[in-house]
Amino acid sequence: MSLETLLGQPLQVINLGVDAFALELQATGVPVVHVDWRPPAGGDLRLVKLLALLDEDPEA
Amino acid sequence: MAVRAIIRPSFYKDSVALMRVAEALRAMPGVREVAALMGTPANHELLASAGLATAETKEAGPGDLVLAVDAESDAQAAAALVAADDFFGARRQALEATVRILPRTLDSALRHMPGANLVAISVPGPYAKFEAMRALRRGVHVFLFSDNVSLADEVELKRLAVHHRLLCMGPDCGTAYVNGVGLGFANVVPRGRIGYVAASGTGLQAVVSHLAALGEGISQGIGVGGRDLSADVGGLMTGLALEALAADSATEVVVLISKPPARSVLPRLEAALGSLGKPVVLCCLGELSHFGGPVRGVSTLEDAAHAAAAALHRRQWAPRAFGDPDAIRGRLTRISAGAEQRGRGILGLYTGGTLAHEARLLLDALLGPLSSNLAPGGDGSPHRILDLGADELTASRPHPMLDPGLRAHRVREAGRDPTVGIILLDLVLGRGAHTDPAGLLTAAIYDARTAAARAGRSLAVVASVVGTAGDPQGLPAQVARLEAAGVDVLPSNAQAARFAALAIRPDLSSTLLPEPP
Repeated sequence: MSLETLLGQPLQVINLGVDAFALELQATGVPVVHVDWRPPAGGDLRLVKLLALLDEDPEA
Repeated sequence: MAVRAIIRPSFYKDSVALMRVAEALRAMPGVREVAALMGTPANHELLASAGLATAETKEAGPGDLVLAVDAESDAQAAAALVAADDFFGARRQALEATVRILPRTLDSALRHMPGANLVAISVPGPYAKFEAMRALRRGVHVFLFSDNVSLADEVELKRLAVHHRLLCMGPDCGTAYVNGVGLGFANVVPRGRIGYVAASGTGLQAVVSHLAALGEGISQGIGVGGRDLSADVGGLMTGLALEALAADSATEVVVLISKPPARSVLPRLEAALGSLGKPVVLCCLGELSHFGGPVRGVSTLEDAAHAAAAALHRRQWAPRAFGDPDAIRGRLTRISAGAEQRGRGILGLYTGGTLAHEARLLLDALLGPLSSNLAPGGDGSPHRILDLGADELTASRPHPMLDPGLRAHRVREAGRDPTVGIILLDLVLGRGAHTDPAGLLTAAIYDARTAAARAGRSLAVVASVVGTAGDPQGLPAQVARLEAAGVDVLPSNAQAARFAALAIRPDLSSTLLPEPP
């Protein structure tokens, strides 16, 4: 959705990372889904880069 | 003395949650020290040096949580570990309010919330680009709080975002407001008619707070991250944000907050600002622009607020050093009383980088080059400004806005330093910040004053508070606590810096406090 469309709509947020941010949004009544995040690929950055390439390639 | 430790395998917790649980446990009876850390190699070293490494903790890997408690008795240590479980359990329950079980990935979250229009990302830097690219590819706007993202990655993210007309607010974006919702560290402000494009989190916080005090609200606050107006990034997100604010009927005045833009970015920025069709206030910290026309250049954050309000109401306004010169004269008389027993130097201990930058520029102009971790030079100056949130000072520690302990330590140190006569501080309130920053600070100020007094010295403290009436910490109570501790609380960071300069050089009154005609 374009930026212009976003500015007219209620926010619906997905939160990755600091759970305090999700808790704050919830406290103010903003719909939020907090992701129980952990480093992808067991934290292996080389694998993360490979995963990113797969994500990029629509044929994969 | 008893040390008890436990590991929770595959139990990742963000650094803020870990800091808060450690804080909560430290307050429990008999508890002397607490570590709540992920089992990374660096953290294992920290545990060992804190005397908290045990047979259990050594088993922890980077994805495992280590909880270690040093308490007076074994029972107290055990109680603390139980309390930690309760703490995490309560948070999880709150977060699971709308979903039965928390999703583990962005794609899983999108299945739960197919109408999601924004992803807020604050994961550690090395993973932030991966998650942000994913979000943008799925057509969702991004708020990217994470720092430690490379410049090349930032350019790649923003190019993709701009191509799809999506927001990529950051990396290193601490504060934003979208449709009135505060993201990251945000002060509670009303909705209104002023829109912002901000390459600075605390800069945005300061300006929206000043405007809230003037009765003006915010339409949109688009954060673009600290490097957006650099040569490499070329103002990619700023350009998109300005276009959106130009088209936004709710926005009547636009405020742009940034450090001075790179030279190569200026022509395009000039063109974009000139063609907005709305009044613009440009605050690039000390660098008065020569854009002219509907673009008003100001040199302080406070002035940005006044200029924006004036533009909104189509009235004249001119900058002044102090809003209430009479009150300042009274304060100056009082602070001058202790001058003989004070050190000759100002020490600025800042949690907000932009506020530190603003203070440094002002003091530089009034007192000559001073030393700082923000820029080279000023060696030999008795005055120092430190941005305690700067990378080299935070290393692996939490940012001082989240963990006031770091600055409290520096304040106590300053009490033992005979060269320090005036401590200059910022205090930033709002959602996401510490629940009682004034409490911890005043305890440290008291200790610093006591140490100075023992050495026959006095110590002055000057501060400003970034906050609004709606902030959860309670602005009046925080200000009152500071004042009760003998702190001179000024209405803005700029005024606090000028006041500190006056206290050092009362002769500056001739320029800063001209007598009324």
